[in-house]
Amino acid sequence: MRQDTSMKPESGQSQTAVTSPAALPSIEGGVSLSSLRHSFGELQTLAGIDLEVPAGSVVGFVGPSGCGKSTLLELICGLREQTGGTVAVAGREDAAGRLAHCAFMPQRDLLLPWYSALDNAALALRNQGLRREAARAAAGDLFERFGLGGFEAARPSELSGGMRQRVAFLRTLVAGKPVLALDEPFAALDAITRGQMQEWLAAALRTDPRTVVLVTHDVEEALYLCDRVAVLSARPARIVGELGVPARRAEDRDAAVTDPAFVATREEALRALHEGSR
Amino acid sequence: MRRYLLPGVLLTLLIGVWQLAASTGALKDALNLESFLVPSPLEVAESLWDNRGLLAENAWVTLREMLFGILAAIVVGVGFAVLMHRWRVMRDAAYPLIVASQTIPIVVISPILVTWFGYGITPKVVIIALVCFFPLTINALDGLRAVEPEAVKMMRSLDASRWQLFRRVEAPTALPHVFTGAKIAVVIAPIGAVFAEWAGSSAGLGHLIQSDTANFEVARQFATVAVLSAMALALMALTVLAERRVVRWR
Repeated sequence: MRQDTSMKPESGQSQTAVTSPAALPSIEGGVSLSSLRHSFGELQTLAGIDLEVPAGSVVGFVGPSGCGKSTLLELICGLREQTGGTVAVAGREDAAGRLAHCAFMPQRDLLLPWYSALDNAALALRNQGLRREAARAAAGDLFERFGLGGFEAARPSELSGGMRQRVAFLRTLVAGKPVLALDEPFAALDAITRGQMQEWLAAALRTDPRTVVLVTHDVEEALYLCDRVAVLSARPARIVGELGVPARRAEDRDAAVTDPAFVATREEALRALHEGSR
Repeated sequence: MRRYLLPGVLLTLLIGVWQLAASTGALKDALNLESFLVPSPLEVAESLWDNRGLLAENAWVTLREMLFGILAAIVVGVGFAVLMHRWRVMRDAAYPLIVASQTIPIVVISPILVTWFGYGITPKVVIIALVCFFPLTINALDGLRAVEPEAVKMMRSLDASRWQLFRRVEAPTALPHVFTGAKIAVVIAPIGAVFAEWAGSSAGLGHLIQSDTANFEVARQFATVAVLSAMALALMALTVLAERRVVRWR
């Protein structure tokens, strides 16, 4: 596949680091949750979550639909204030501080149809005050590196589902935040494209490591992409299982997910998920 | 092509029936009227040609009123929608009043506005703006509210300021809705213009229709109506063209 060859870090990376915050190895920020609770009025969605996400690691949350996974991400990103407990991102506990250190990738790509693919990817840089040309140049470097070269001028409607998702991920990456919060990033894709995208994301995180909090209902996706996976119960959510992961973003996804150790961990995760959703 | 052909055929057919009914005298017999009160389409066309100078002069007066009125409504309506969107308290306070204000017939306030602002262009612009204000405000507000909450979260986490959120997400989302409002405004503007001129004026197509009523100039009245309607259609076409140029992503 074309992205496999284009994924190798460029030799001129130090040069791009000057213009693009995305190229900086910015993995100083960890995430720390302690007895984090949240309620919407009477409805309790999170019932005390404790978890450490060390800087530079990828942690996944899997759980049944509607268990409060998206709320958890919003709390981490500082898009919402928790009703109890603490969240710290890169040492900051206030919502504004969390927001400053997290980039949020919503479930659907939400590319803005009035911008080209490149301008969508450069959105954060424009918001941060970069001039259009500088922002485009910085985001354009990543287009080449992540297998989107040649699609800079395309409108989002002209891209396939997988490509839209890649642009959406680049948009998140380009923001230059230490923490990426991904909310079911590939849920809308078909199984084959999803597998390819997981491989692509794994490669992207190898070249450009970040602290990642990933929410998904796909156990296999979590186990393949993450260093550690927390299994959540049905609402109100608490952690019912924590699993170390055997595969860790192996280059060959198909081989990794059929490995006996992987299959055994998946069984364990599914069992925890099943018990937790009762 | 079919889009233009079929309505064209139907219109020709209707005018043909009217022509037949009027020229054979069937229409005037049925209505029991003198034939000059029941002009045929050809007579209307003749009147349109004969009075072209007069009609153009008055059309220009009405067109100017409409353009200023619509522009004022766009500025005030969109501005109001933005304020109501930005400050919840504004929306809660003003929205019910804006809806309620639509129950006041424009015919009733036109004479009052003429009393206040005189016989010049001002009361006409105000009245047309009042008529057009509602569809513009409501559609613009709907458009601003059509932004997905997830998109707002995404923008916030990508360091967007309130202004950047408006400029890069909310305004482009609202734009097609504003055009929808503008298209409605453009077709109802002539109604406002005519009522405004009837309440007190010395020129304009509405004024011409009114004075022709007194003189039984029925053919010229039809001709005037045709000009007025053509003007509204032309404004509509311009709006659609502008929309296609501006809202390119649809």
